[in-house]
Amino acid sequence: MKRGLQGNEQEDGGGTSGGCQKTLKRSRKQRRENDLEEEGARWECLPQEILLHIFQYLPLLDRAYASQVCRGWNQAFHMPELWRCFEFELNQPASSYLKATHPDLIKQIIKRHSNHLQYVSFKVDSSRESAEAACDILSQLVNCSLKTLGLISTARPSFMELPKSHFISALTVVFVNSKSLSSLKIDDTPVDDPSLKVLVANNSDTLKLLKMSSCPHVSPAGILCVADQCHGLRELALNYHLLSDELLIALSSEKHVHLDHLRIDVVSENPGQQFHTIKKSSWDAMVRHSPKFNLVMYFFLYEDEFGPFFRDEIPVTHLYFGRSVSKDVLGRVGLTCPRLVELVVCANGLRPLDEELIRIAQRCTQLSAIGLGECEVSCSAFVEFVKMCGDRLTQLSIMEEVLVPDHRYGLDDIHWEVSKHLGRVWFPDMMPTW
Amino acid sequence: QKALFCISHAAESAIMVVNSVHWFRKCLRLHDNPALQEALNGADTVRCVYILDPWFAGAANVGINRWRFLLEALEDLDNSLKKLNSRLFVVRGQPTEVFPRLFKEWNVTRLTFEYDPEPYGKERDGAIIKMAQEFGVEAVIRNSHTLYNLDRIIEMNNNSPPLTFKRFQTIVSRLELPRRPLPPITRQQMDKCHTQIGENHDLLYSIPSLEELGFRTEDLSPAVWRGGESEALDRLNKHLDKKVWVANLEHPRVNTCSLYASPTGLSPYLRFGCLSCRVLYYNLRELYMKLRKRCSPPLSLFGQLLWREFFYTAATNNPNFDRMEGNPICVQIPWDQNPEALAKWAEGRTGFPWIDAIMTQLRQEGWIHHLARHAVACFLTRGDLWISWESGMKVFEELLLDADWSVNAGSWMWLSCSAFFQQFFHCYCPVGFGRRTDPSGDYIRRYIPILKDYPNRYIYEPWNAPESLQKAANCVVGVDYPKPMINHAEGSRLNIERMKQVYQQLSHYRGLSLLASVPTIQEEAEPPMTDESQTSSGPGRRRPD
Repeated sequence: MKRGLQGNEQEDGGGTSGGCQKTLKRSRKQRRENDLEEEGARWECLPQEILLHIFQYLPLLDRAYASQVCRGWNQAFHMPELWRCFEFELNQPASSYLKATHPDLIKQIIKRHSNHLQYVSFKVDSSRESAEAACDILSQLVNCSLKTLGLISTARPSFMELPKSHFISALTVVFVNSKSLSSLKIDDTPVDDPSLKVLVANNSDTLKLLKMSSCPHVSPAGILCVADQCHGLRELALNYHLLSDELLIALSSEKHVHLDHLRIDVVSENPGQQFHTIKKSSWDAMVRHSPKFNLVMYFFLYEDEFGPFFRDEIPVTHLYFGRSVSKDVLGRVGLTCPRLVELVVCANGLRPLDEELIRIAQRCTQLSAIGLGECEVSCSAFVEFVKMCGDRLTQLSIMEEVLVPDHRYGLDDIHWEVSKHLGRVWFPDMMPTW
Repeated sequence: QKALFCISHAAESAIMVVNSVHWFRKCLRLHDNPALQEALNGADTVRCVYILDPWFAGAANVGINRWRFLLEALEDLDNSLKKLNSRLFVVRGQPTEVFPRLFKEWNVTRLTFEYDPEPYGKERDGAIIKMAQEFGVEAVIRNSHTLYNLDRIIEMNNNSPPLTFKRFQTIVSRLELPRRPLPPITRQQMDKCHTQIGENHDLLYSIPSLEELGFRTEDLSPAVWRGGESEALDRLNKHLDKKVWVANLEHPRVNTCSLYASPTGLSPYLRFGCLSCRVLYYNLRELYMKLRKRCSPPLSLFGQLLWREFFYTAATNNPNFDRMEGNPICVQIPWDQNPEALAKWAEGRTGFPWIDAIMTQLRQEGWIHHLARHAVACFLTRGDLWISWESGMKVFEELLLDADWSVNAGSWMWLSCSAFFQQFFHCYCPVGFGRRTDPSGDYIRRYIPILKDYPNRYIYEPWNAPESLQKAANCVVGVDYPKPMINHAEGSRLNIERMKQVYQQLSHYRGLSLLASVPTIQEEAEPPMTDESQTSSGPGRRRPD
């Protein structure tokens, strides 16, 4: 508590409730009683705005304790400004190590603060009960005008275990009542095309961010409806099967704002799965419309499923290969990804990627981050690669086993060479050899 | 009579009889054992004890292979001591009840033991030292379980343990060489100190058998890793011979052979202290200098030893090192609780032959190659099952012969990306990684014999084999061998998102880079120590926000 504030307390009565009058009298009396306690007594008279400001710094539990101190602080605790953001943590002791938001608190929030809530997220563990509890709360948010809603599974996606209709009806309550949703995260949920229509019907003017990776019940038509109507959409995350030429064209239409980023997950359900292609012209339209947009692609495919990919130029900026990817495909990446900023390869195999890396250094002039897991690169080629990229490489995460010593460099001296070209001290990533 | 007692007591104090007790805990060896040397130094009698609580055996998380190894190591000690006219005294009970009894019974004046840097060890030893003081017993402790004085390393790193291996190596390279190992105790030394061996020694102080500890041994196959100092020293020689023969002192690239237990493998012996880490260190150093005719060997020569040292240093002042909650260096990750899934992993019933073979070898033999450890640890935690590393650590503690408390906990945190600033993008595929490590599939066939008739094409993913082939191989997936318990692509996709969520919250990073989600640690950014480098343009790059 800053001492300087105390001088103004009594004048600054605006905003404080009648409760403070009583405390003023009390404080005068206490002042007579004990000089030392004078400072302490004034705490009850802190104007609500200051109290609010302080409370905003406190974590919820500490705020709750503070609210038990006196009526004034209890009133401050319930000020709308403190209930704009809330994260519901729904965990069952049998399935999670984390604590859960107390059910009584949840009841209180729904009763007193549901119309204050604006930025809400639900963190849910792998149990079905937690997902049900989340839906239960969602269905009661009738008086809400949410700006942000996030449904986040911290472990296995339990929303998928609920009956679809149950989930949809809960979610629709929010869509219909909020009308000004700006950001929506519903990855790994059973959301479907009709519910997206409801979302669009009510929130098309305000929707800026939509993350819906791995929503198996949505079709390309469903997401196209969103792109067609929500012209303010800046961030979109979805699975490859929802991506279509029409979608990219819709996102590039004149009415549409510039897209900030598009995240696409390419996931294989079964080996040998066929993936459709996207025309180069569709990507070109996107780049023309949003020259600075970031295209983030995460691939989880078997090695032989990459046929349709990296044949034509694609404006991808951030590329992650979550399973092993062939030398051939990495070679194609060098040829087709001029806008590449980050390349992360989980695994490739045991044939050196020397040529492929050099080509990437040459062609991907924006590359600033690279990560190589279970791969092989000869030390010389690696030094060459780093030399060509120079200090634009701000992230260089190479597992130690990747580097194969050759006649020019051994493992013990390569990091000096690389550090020299990078302009900073660098070492490969290590794993305990125990 | 009382008067006589007073006189003899006075005489005793005048002559200052030294009755030593050396307490073996780790450091089950007679070579490079400074504490034992102190026990013998000027002593009139000496007794070497090992304290064992058989009832605790049932409750403790220690499997049969680890007990067998320990008992063999104790036998070996006993045999070696016999040759020196002494014996090992295995005392049943717990140190806090055993020592008061022994101090009185044996008129102990000096207690010696090797310093145990682990938090639990320090606490236990603190209590024993206090008790010794109360009994007027001199407590002499010497450090020989680690290469260096760990407190010194911590001191040199601004009073906190280094949290990256590179930083650790930097600091170690600035230290003097580890103290030279001492030679084994000799017959001459022992002849000066008498060990009073009673006729009932074997009755009171014998080494228990596995059966006595409550294990069933009818179907127990012979030990792949034989416990004891003699075995350790024998292996050391073979290990060094192999290095000469291969003429390769570099970090060897893994091949199929590495997966099997090696007759020159040393890690369990380091853990139990059957082999002194300093002996290994100096042998490697001298061999290198002889072969390469160069001055100093690079730190990478001592890889295994330094990792061990690194984790011991990180753990020594952190009693919560082996758990997530309350552990200041551990990232709080919302792991799933799933006992059924955990059991499948622990028992080798995941349906992924690579994982199951590794867990089977672990359970049968007590050792697996470090890449195999990476594979199963990744699978359990951040790769596939999203189960807490603490659960995995406990299974390893039970089954793995070389699982030091510090090294086990530290490695699990490392492999699950829970600490030490590890990138989490490289996920080990339970099919692909196995296939690349052992294309022949023989490792699978050896440990999962039911799959032996599968061709290489399908042995790592039997569920993808056509039904006709499965039937021909006499192993139908879902009937004779479990179906895969998880869809790896789906699991790893989900998990990379979870890890990213956790790390982005931690580092407050809001950008799109996967690599930048992991915060860089300040200590890495320090300029290099040697003058060879002309690189540093100041502290390392901050990642873009």
